[in-house]
Amino acid sequence: MSYNKSRFKHKHLPVNDLGLTYRDYEGAISTLCAGCGHDSISSAIIHACAEMSIEPHKIAKMSGIGCSSKAPNYFLNNAHGFNTVHGRMPSVTTGANMANKDLTYLAMSGDGDSASIGLGQFAHVVRRQLNMVYMVANNGVYGLTKGQLAATSDRGVKNKTGDISLFNDIDLCVMALQLGASFVARCFSGDKNQLVPIIKAAIAHQGFAFIDIISPCVTFNNHPGSTRSYDYVQEHVTTGAVTDFVPVKEEINHQVPEGKFEDVCLHDGSVLRIHKLTADYDTSDRFKAIQDIEQHKAKGEILTGLLHIDPTAQDFHELNNTTDTPLNQMKQDILCPGERVLGSINDSFR
Amino acid sequence: MKKTDVSKYDHFLKVVDCQQACPAHTPVPEYIRLIADKRYTDAYMLNWQSNVFPGVLGRVCDRPCEPACRRGRVEEEPVAICRLKRVTADYKDDISDRLPKIPIDKNGKKIALIGAGPASLTVARDLLPLGYQVSMFDRDFKAGGMMRSQIPAFRLPESVLDEELDYILNMGVTCHFGTPITSLHKLLQEDYDAIFVGTGAPKGRPINIPGTTEASANIAIGIDWLSNVTFGHNEKAPKRVVVLGGGNTAMDCCRTAKRLGAKDVKVIVRSSFEAMKASPWEKADAKAESIDIIVNHTPKEFVHKDGKFIGVLFDEVSSFYDRGGNRVLKNTGKTLLAKCDLVLVAIGQDTSFPWIERDIGLEFNEWDQPVLNPQSLQSSLDKVFFGGDAAFGPENIITAVAHGHKAAISIDLLCQGGHPNVRPDSDFNLISQKMGMHEWSYQNITEHDLRNPVPHISWEKAVKELATEVELGFNEQLALNEAQRCLNCDIHTVFNESTCIECSACDDICPVDCINFIEYIDDDNTPAQELLKGKLRVDKACDEQDYLISDKLKTGNMMVKDEDVCLHCGLCAERCPTGAWDMQKLILTNIEATIK
Repeated sequence: MSYNKSRFKHKHLPVNDLGLTYRDYEGAISTLCAGCGHDSISSAIIHACAEMSIEPHKIAKMSGIGCSSKAPNYFLNNAHGFNTVHGRMPSVTTGANMANKDLTYLAMSGDGDSASIGLGQFAHVVRRQLNMVYMVANNGVYGLTKGQLAATSDRGVKNKTGDISLFNDIDLCVMALQLGASFVARCFSGDKNQLVPIIKAAIAHQGFAFIDIISPCVTFNNHPGSTRSYDYVQEHVTTGAVTDFVPVKEEINHQVPEGKFEDVCLHDGSVLRIHKLTADYDTSDRFKAIQDIEQHKAKGEILTGLLHIDPTAQDFHELNNTTDTPLNQMKQDILCPGERVLGSINDSFR
Repeated sequence: MKKTDVSKYDHFLKVVDCQQACPAHTPVPEYIRLIADKRYTDAYMLNWQSNVFPGVLGRVCDRPCEPACRRGRVEEEPVAICRLKRVTADYKDDISDRLPKIPIDKNGKKIALIGAGPASLTVARDLLPLGYQVSMFDRDFKAGGMMRSQIPAFRLPESVLDEELDYILNMGVTCHFGTPITSLHKLLQEDYDAIFVGTGAPKGRPINIPGTTEASANIAIGIDWLSNVTFGHNEKAPKRVVVLGGGNTAMDCCRTAKRLGAKDVKVIVRSSFEAMKASPWEKADAKAESIDIIVNHTPKEFVHKDGKFIGVLFDEVSSFYDRGGNRVLKNTGKTLLAKCDLVLVAIGQDTSFPWIERDIGLEFNEWDQPVLNPQSLQSSLDKVFFGGDAAFGPENIITAVAHGHKAAISIDLLCQGGHPNVRPDSDFNLISQKMGMHEWSYQNITEHDLRNPVPHISWEKAVKELATEVELGFNEQLALNEAQRCLNCDIHTVFNESTCIECSACDDICPVDCINFIEYIDDDNTPAQELLKGKLRVDKACDEQDYLISDKLKTGNMMVKDEDVCLHCGLCAERCPTGAWDMQKLILTNIEATIK
């Protein structure tokens, strides 16, 4: 395998506000299988961060264990990163976010890491409304351990060795909606036109943003009979709306586009312009979103796009009324004010 | 949109910019890989087959390949292709057993070649192995034509030239040197089956401004003067020399004058420095030898006083381009008197055919050039062919070689009962370079080093010695370093629609954003560049290269690859899970280059 990607780049590559091209946001050369959907997700993250002109060192990449969780090595070389224990990424991210809320937390997890071993952690981080982007690279299979069926595999499908999935699948989007996530989307790794704006919106969203990304495993789950293969997903994918992300600095186009659209203003002033493809599309109603997902699934379709957003929701720090200054920037004497202050606190309980 | 036609070699040849730009279509990347393998003799023979004079051209070629080189588009400077060619000549072993065998039994056809320059020599080399009897005529006493008479030895040592001429002459050319042909009519009466005219452009263009007659003793035509130096008739130059003109001949004149003892040498040219016709490296070398190049001056008068030559008076001009894109010169009103003892006029050269009678049926056009079929180089007299500078006016050695190949094919067709206009096309083949899962038969990892300058002797020494070659050529290590800069453009990215699953692995990994998957455009008529504007990852920067356009894929998308800045690193093919991309080497057996 050639682990060398040339430093040469196209001479007309656009530069962002920081004077960087997207190539400056790349990571190491991927060691995932050729054609892995996770590499497309990495590429989408690279493009989203470059286009939003985020300083790479203001980003923390969080992950657990699995092919998905290896992926952060393959983007944003100059960002912080933490590869945690299997399924424990949400707790570690919560801790990191407590200490430094100024960073952008990009979390990469997989179906095993979030829907199996880490399901409890997943549920609680949604409840906490932690300000982070939680991405699940969902291929419905345990690729790193040679292709066992994952908890997100559809009931009745066969894995590569012929085992049938006997149990109901866990739909992480439905769970996230049910637990009150303020941003929920489902995407397909092969469709960057959809994925990049949604990642950008998730980064701009203040609060917990969840993106379930169908990311085919070319090696263990790309066979006929799989519902997560490239062919199956490309044939069964559908969407209710096309989302454009308009950053703060850009003036929104006053020309009203054709068809129905909705503008959602995010916390930081950027705007999501949503072009509705189906008349009853509505991002504000999470119960309807759950219903839509289930109805499409019943028809054998995979509903993608932005499913729900609540730009007014309060995040973890607001709910807990934490200090404005991140904890890691506070001096020792403020964080630990000494015996006298401890004494008076203790006294207040006596 | 129309799918790129991959059933012919045209698209693929165009991707190999250097090979496409070379008039003889030398397979440049192939011989550079051989150099990297230290297979110098093989590399030399590959060159020899296509361009006949690798040692000569490795020094003095006009290098149309280098400005075309893709490396210049992704980095700053092209691969030093010409210098690498010289490496093959410098480090090769004895090649005599690799030269084609000349049949003892001839085929009975006799060919006359007029002129012993690169074009005629190429015809001889192509026809002798087929059993033709070849007679070569030249007014000079030695073969080589302008390669000998006009290129000074400090750029092209005589031994290098002689070696490569001898490979051909020793194949059994019947030489009639020192024998100018004075009548084509007479030659046509002899029993030649075909006659090839490769007499070059031997007439230096004279200048005619006031004072020319009076100053004639102090004025010389550049190419004649250089020729006299070569043949030992000029051994000294006066103290002060002015060279008129800005081409390579002017550069050779000024540098030669310096070596013959001139102290004050000036090149004075009408154009700006950038617009001078001389190759950039020739200009750089002249400047390095502290020769004054004075630009934007046009000669007005040769000044003489009391029968004594004083110098040349110039008008200063400013040049600009008019709306039609033509260069216009305007006098600024200032003048310059360049005092000197000798003026060398190097403002161009022309063909000369006083020996071709105008009533023998050979047609000439309004510029007094023979009327030729550009494909076959056949004149209006069926058995007379032209090539080199004689055909369409002054070009360069490599063009003359290409003409020689073309004419040899035509002559062979004519003599074997075919028609020179019905020409064989090249066979081509694309061969996968895949060796293993992620292994290729070529060095696919891009080397990032900058161009290696070629070592030369000190400039102080250079200007003192007429016959000492200035450039030393690459040593083996430098040659290897430079060879690795080649991007292997002949190893093509070949796309197969039916196996593509559109996983986007290739467009994600491509370092130069060449590969795009976009919605299919149902329009066969509008030019591709217009249709694709704004739809690709990066818009096409220039028209150097075409797109590789796929059929409609099963999702309704299409693949569009901009061939312009592709590094041929093969990462797309390595990342492709289904082998829809493959790296395949283009092999052309013969593109108007040699007889099979």
